[in-house]
Amino acid sequence: MKIIKDKKIVDDNWSHLADDEAISQGDITVSLSRWKDEKSSLRDHAGKIGIRLAPADHLEDIADDLANFQLIGLEFPAFTDGRSFSHARLLRSRYQYEDEIRAMGHYMADQVFYLARVGVNAFQLENTAELEVALSTINDFSVQYQASTN
Amino acid sequence: MYQYNDADQTLVNERVAQFRGQTERYLKGEIGEDEFRTLRLMNGLYVQIHAPMLRIAIPYGLLSSPQLRMLAHVSRKYDKSYAHITTRQNIQLNWPELKNVPDILADLASVQMHAIQTSGNCLRNTTSDPLAGVCLDEIEDPRPYCEIIRQWTTLHPEFAYLPRKFKIAVSGSEHDRAATQLHDIGLYLVKNDAGETGFRVLVGGGLGRTPIIGKVIKPFLEKQHLLSYLEAILRVYNLKGRRDNKYKARIKILVRESGIEQMRKWVEAEWQQTKADMQISEQRFADMQAHFTAPPYQVLAEPDNQFIADKVQNSSFNTWINLNTEAHKISGYRIVHISLKAPDAPPGDITDKQLDAVADLADQYSFGEIRSSHRQNLVLADVKQTDLFSLWQKLVKLSLATPNIGTATDMICCPGLDFCALANAGSIGIAKEINEALDDLDYIHDIGELKINMSGCMNGCAHQSVGHIGILGVDKKGVEWYQITLGGSSENNAAIGKRLGPAVAKNQITQAVCQILDVYIKQRQDDEIFLDTVHRIGVTPFKTAVY
Repeated sequence: MKIIKDKKIVDDNWSHLADDEAISQGDITVSLSRWKDEKSSLRDHAGKIGIRLAPADHLEDIADDLANFQLIGLEFPAFTDGRSFSHARLLRSRYQYEDEIRAMGHYMADQVFYLARVGVNAFQLENTAELEVALSTINDFSVQYQASTN
Repeated sequence: MYQYNDADQTLVNERVAQFRGQTERYLKGEIGEDEFRTLRLMNGLYVQIHAPMLRIAIPYGLLSSPQLRMLAHVSRKYDKSYAHITTRQNIQLNWPELKNVPDILADLASVQMHAIQTSGNCLRNTTSDPLAGVCLDEIEDPRPYCEIIRQWTTLHPEFAYLPRKFKIAVSGSEHDRAATQLHDIGLYLVKNDAGETGFRVLVGGGLGRTPIIGKVIKPFLEKQHLLSYLEAILRVYNLKGRRDNKYKARIKILVRESGIEQMRKWVEAEWQQTKADMQISEQRFADMQAHFTAPPYQVLAEPDNQFIADKVQNSSFNTWINLNTEAHKISGYRIVHISLKAPDAPPGDITDKQLDAVADLADQYSFGEIRSSHRQNLVLADVKQTDLFSLWQKLVKLSLATPNIGTATDMICCPGLDFCALANAGSIGIAKEINEALDDLDYIHDIGELKINMSGCMNGCAHQSVGHIGILGVDKKGVEWYQITLGGSSENNAAIGKRLGPAVAKNQITQAVCQILDVYIKQRQDDEIFLDTVHRIGVTPFKTAVY
């Protein structure tokens, strides 16, 4: 499927595994609870490993494991839930996480500008027809009042 | 006042373009109803009973005469030629059409105005003292700090999807005229023993369904840490505030459920991580203060014999001076309150003609500046005493000189059932009825200082729970009833009013208010104001009179 990454529309081959889904080959993401349970075996996985965080998850729970992840997926159950904005910001500024942070789930193309500002650099949209609009919104504003993490 | 630089102007222009695009996509069906609702709310646009309602920001209540003229213009061109001042110093249009809103916002942007974040679950307009910079009891001018906060809150990327709305107020004087303790964050400018400026920070105040007075979270915050501390509070709230129930989502509930001690620990822990990197420099404060320097006041001789003679010869003028003007920090000047509470007009409403006329009066008499107040009036802050008589004569002709500031008929009132989709009961009609019942000015002046606040529903837009007399409209099986509270205050002695008893019927509410005032007249001692009498004798004598 197509996603936005680093301000370009690109192909994406990550598999986002449900907790009851068998570990597949290639690059995979798992939930925080699965990571906690299967950490030792997942570290031996041949492909890249990513983790998906729900808004209620705590960053402290993965602080020591961040080097394992090439991707952190911030899952939006509802576009109105703003906790992931703080998570992205803290991952970049406090935890110095430099790999991919991806917004996933139910959020709006019109939130991409703010998400980019707090450090999200990849956008997987439920409706891929909106990728072009989402990409264009990254440039909605040329000025800003706050320090940026992107 | 603050003047936009190129970056400020670019930002509001780009915001207009963004919302224009979103509106077009919505009208083409490319944005869903729920999604567009959130986007439009963050541009001030509600959908009410009859039409959308657009809330336009007046940052900390400060306006220039060109801005006032533009408000007159947009109310005429896109609406029904009037606007409504809100308790948070903003201004609302009640009848714009959705398709015109991008054009309205473009017109506003041409005079450095916007509607950004005037509603929605985000950081709202920062409010302050309408008498900032001119009152006698000021510790320091709050406006430069308000503008720093305004800029920081505007399009803040991390805090645009909070659990609920978030309001900040700043007071810089001894007397709190900004309802500071009833805000999500209240900031009092204070000096420490070394004479350095800082803030006493309160958190968790708010009205609505669960009125709560804010608690002190930090007794003294050095001013250079203002933004890092605000950010720490907001981050704690964004991550920990309740999102499961919108009636429990304000920060006041988080503070109440966790306790202020725990809240303080969370905020301090967060703040320690960021305070070193987010300091505001002395240069930044100085640059901002340079936007709020005093206007070129003249040195005027006091006393002014003509002014004294006019007061003696014209008792109406004298009454207006006593009630609608107050002392100014510069000798020979006075602060003039423009009452938007004429007996025959909805409280807080102002017509396009009045807006234009006030702009002209501001240019002629008050350095071209106007302020809006928490109590839904306007202020000309810098009027020469020698100009007061001619200003008063012009205000009288405009129906803007009702001598009732701070009295029973200076009511705070929400739009109520007539305009608002949320309301359970009418409020403007009741305000008119009370006005008619109290049509004797001498009686109103005899009653003296009295704050009546009336809301048409539990959301409490008119702050009824902190009115000296609070009136709350409720719906009982399709019939409008009114609950009465006594003894509330939004000032330094902030308090939530006590329920008098069961709600009264619509045809009894005005009578009940009159009975309450009769008890006060009989029971008051010396020059005791209504609120003090309620505190001294309790609600029982009032209850006995009404029920």
